[in-house]
Amino acid sequence: MEPSISIRNLSLDFGSLRVLKDLDLNVGQGEFLVLLGSSGCGKSTLLNCIAGLLEISEGQIFIGGRNVTWEEPSQRGIGMVFQSYALYPQMTVAGNLSFGLKNAGLPKAEIAARVDRAAKILQIEPLLDRKPAALSGGQRQRAAIGRALVRDADVFLFDEPLSNLDAKLRADLRVEIKQLHSKLKNTMIYVTHDQIEAMTLADRIAIMRGGSILQLDTPEEIYLRPNCRYVANFIGSPSMNFFDGRIEGGDHLRFVSGSLNLPLAGYAFADPQGARPGPATLGIRPEHIVSGAEAEAAAISLTAEVDLIEPLGSDTFARVTLDGSNLWIRLDGQARTRPGDRLVIGFAPERAHLFDLDTELRL
Amino acid sequence: MAAMARPARWHRNISAKVAAIPMIATALCIFIGGTAWTVVYSFTNSKLLPKESFVGLRQYERLWGSSKWLTSIENLAIYGAFSLIFALVIGFLLAALLDQKIRFEDTFRTILLYPFALSFIVTGLAWQWILNPDFGVQAVVRGLGWESFTFDPLYNPDIVIYGVLIAGLWHETGLIMCLMLAGLRGIDEDIWKAARIDGIPTWKTYLFIVIPMMRGIFITAIVLIASGIIKVYDLVVAQTGGGPGIASEVPAKYVYDAMFLSQNLGQGFAASTMMLLTVVIIVVPWAYLEFGGKRK
Amino acid sequence: MTKTPHLLKNSLKFPQPELEPVDTTVAVATAATPTPSGTRSDLEPGPRGRKPARRFSRRNLFIYGTLTLVALYYLLPLYVMVVTSLKGMPEIRLGNIFAPPLEITFEPWVKAWSEACTGLNCDGLSRGFWNSVRILVPSVILSIAIASVNGYALANWRFKGAELFFTILIVGAFIPYQVMIYPIVIMLREVGLYGSLTGLVLVHSVFGMPILTLLFRNYFASVPEELFKAARVDGAGFWAIYFKIMLPMSLPIFVVAIILQVTGIWNDFLFGVIYTKPDLYPMTVQLNNIVNSTQGVKEYNVNMAATILTGLVPLSIYFLSGKLFVRGIAAGAVKG
Ligand SMILES: Nc1ncnc2c1ncn2[C@@H]1O[C@H](COP(=O)(O)OP(=O)(O)OP(=O)(O)O)[C@@H](O)[C@H]1O
Ligand SMILES: [Mg+2]
Repeated sequence: MEPSISIRNLSLDFGSLRVLKDLDLNVGQGEFLVLLGSSGCGKSTLLNCIAGLLEISEGQIFIGGRNVTWEEPSQRGIGMVFQSYALYPQMTVAGNLSFGLKNAGLPKAEIAARVDRAAKILQIEPLLDRKPAALSGGQRQRAAIGRALVRDADVFLFDEPLSNLDAKLRADLRVEIKQLHSKLKNTMIYVTHDQIEAMTLADRIAIMRGGSILQLDTPEEIYLRPNCRYVANFIGSPSMNFFDGRIEGGDHLRFVSGSLNLPLAGYAFADPQGARPGPATLGIRPEHIVSGAEAEAAAISLTAEVDLIEPLGSDTFARVTLDGSNLWIRLDGQARTRPGDRLVIGFAPERAHLFDLDTELRL
Repeated sequence: MAAMARPARWHRNISAKVAAIPMIATALCIFIGGTAWTVVYSFTNSKLLPKESFVGLRQYERLWGSSKWLTSIENLAIYGAFSLIFALVIGFLLAALLDQKIRFEDTFRTILLYPFALSFIVTGLAWQWILNPDFGVQAVVRGLGWESFTFDPLYNPDIVIYGVLIAGLWHETGLIMCLMLAGLRGIDEDIWKAARIDGIPTWKTYLFIVIPMMRGIFITAIVLIASGIIKVYDLVVAQTGGGPGIASEVPAKYVYDAMFLSQNLGQGFAASTMMLLTVVIIVVPWAYLEFGGKRK
Repeated sequence: MTKTPHLLKNSLKFPQPELEPVDTTVAVATAATPTPSGTRSDLEPGPRGRKPARRFSRRNLFIYGTLTLVALYYLLPLYVMVVTSLKGMPEIRLGNIFAPPLEITFEPWVKAWSEACTGLNCDGLSRGFWNSVRILVPSVILSIAIASVNGYALANWRFKGAELFFTILIVGAFIPYQVMIYPIVIMLREVGLYGSLTGLVLVHSVFGMPILTLLFRNYFASVPEELFKAARVDGAGFWAIYFKIMLPMSLPIFVVAIILQVTGIWNDFLFGVIYTKPDLYPMTVQLNNIVNSTQGVKEYNVNMAATILTGLVPLSIYFLSGKLFVRGIAAGAVKG
């Protein structure tokens, strides 16, 4: 099937600064793609390029099979939702929703019908006559989504739509957006720097850094098989523990770093060529480190001293000291561990991630 | 899905470009073109009408040989120095007084600022009347019994410029006060708490902490006053007409008189070019300090 | 007005667009007026970290005493003008200019308005007043229309070269008018507008442009960019965004600009005297001609009435607009 959005060799410069670097991206029909990355990596810029709000320096953009590289934002068949809602303060919610349709010269009846339908979907019918100033944050964001909805666009672009809301509301609206997507089935590109939003909403996640996409995969794949150290570190909270060391041995490879000496028998190398001795980084997520009796049975078990405890209720995260460096592990929420306790920890090589020390790519 | 070349650029943002035409025309035709034209014609001996007979620096020689111009320059220097100093000092002191959490702050501020709403013509005429020796302050004091009291700045060539200065300060100090007040209000109140905890006396806090922090406002105020000074014209016209004799002439008036009264355009162009030069000498170092330094 | 250049980044507070208040948590992009924490904005009085003042302390006595004296000094000229204008000439000749009138007469006011003589005619200031109105209204409208569109184009539709012209404009604000006066005379003469009100209106629009453009540019730049982007996605073009989105939310800045222009143009003397003919002179020029005319006996009461009449328009604006005026001149202080 033809992709809904297709981006080829896209580059964008702000003056002499190249903010997007030769990007390629295909988004399938009805797909929910999340752009995730740290602040300043170019997520909003990419979204604005797709929307036509920024003139790109190089490359081509296709939406629905049509080359829209040089088209006006309103002609691209997109709807967009902004972080600050960007509702027109002097217009009512109904006015906000219908502004674009009026500009497009649609007949009055059609406008009214579309506004009603969008309002019904988003349950903002009672708010239609209010000005944005008289709405709560959640209601405003709903109105802003409504403004994108009435356009009947094939593609929705969201730029951190929930980050101005408090945690509770954010969780609620996240669910609503997900339901909206399964109801409307249009293509959505959603920018966020919230991992939870990314993991829960996305069909696929694109992790960006410095204007390039590092990895584009399903949430599961990104979590289980990050293709580089940056992605591994970026996804997961608390983030992955890393050990710099070496892969040693011949037939039976081992990873060695200080007192850590892990047989790599169960580790699935991404590239069989990578399975040879050399400097490497090993990563292991806190939630994949086991302790106590389980640890004694693991492929490797070590004794570490607990340094700090962060009880969260459902889980407890503990920082332990091993060979003078710190690593985080996840314990049961009811664990009675105290700082100063000594703990046996261990993990399985299947759970570990190996990266080349220099290229930082997955081995 | 074929690639598409970038379309021609000129008609992008076409409305914005059209909307900017007045700005572009003003910038190019009037600000750059007009200025250049005047500078060029200051080297001609244009009289009633501008003409292209170049005479080198002759107009400037005549300008600097004219006692009226020299008086103008001297007046501008005196007026400028005093109005700069007094406006800054008085403006700051008044602002500091108003900043003491006082009641009726708005009333006081309204009173101190209203002269600024008036034109220089009105200001000049009002002070012309108050300083009128036959009816004004001098007459009143003499009427109280001090017969030999003399205070007639507008009729004494030696001090007439100070008479203008009084009016000028009355007109603009309120504005400087408002600027300073805004500056004082912009200072983190924790500074005051910290200074109090350290036991620094109030005046020292102002002098060594607050004023240095208000550097930006002071520069604004100085540039403001300075470029106002160079343009002083209406005030003198209304208050003294440049008199007695030529005692209160100022450069802006010299230019006007040369261009429109004595049909001596070349002199007017040369004099206005000198004014421009003065501004350049003041503004360029300032702009360099303000904007040039930042870039590093 | 003191006409002076602006500093592109000074600390004066210009009015900021009011947007929907942002609720509870994070108020990032919508809060258009970020005030650094711990500082107070503008001229609002507020609590300070100093000792609360005792009512009748020596310090307070000093502060209020000084301020009252200064205030009296500032009020003095206005007071003297008013009392003089209400006296008859005999009383002025005999009495003290500070004394209140023994016998109040409005004759001087009537005379100033409708009979006072300049060198040329004797129909009073009313002619100048109406000339000023005829200059003021179109100048204010035209200059603000041009500058607001310009400021909007600069803030939201950056195109190549725009910043260059804007810089020239702002630098141009520092150039003494005297340098540009005569070339403008020639240009206006070429198009046949020299000596007409239209010509003067154009001159006011040109010289009002730097400060007003700066004012509007800064204002529109503080409108969140996302609003502008949303409007573009909604298919609104340059003019639709200007009229339907930007204009309705910029009332405060328009008021400031109007205050600025009304006082500035009303108080202008130089351009009036250069670019109009005697029968079209604005009020300030006519006032000066009346008061400083060398013919006839000086009628000080009429002169003062005329002076007050001329100051009345900016004074009313000043007293009616209150804080907005302060903002206007704070911005206009900057006027080139
Ligand atoms: N108008 C601009 N001019 C110059 N540089 C810009 C401009 N807009 C963005 N940038 C730069 O481009 C880079 C990418 O910005 P962008 O807004 O896309 O980041 P982002 O990933 O959306 O970050 P955030 O999560 O903070 O929103 C940043 O380094 C930013 O400084
Ligand atoms: Mg962003």
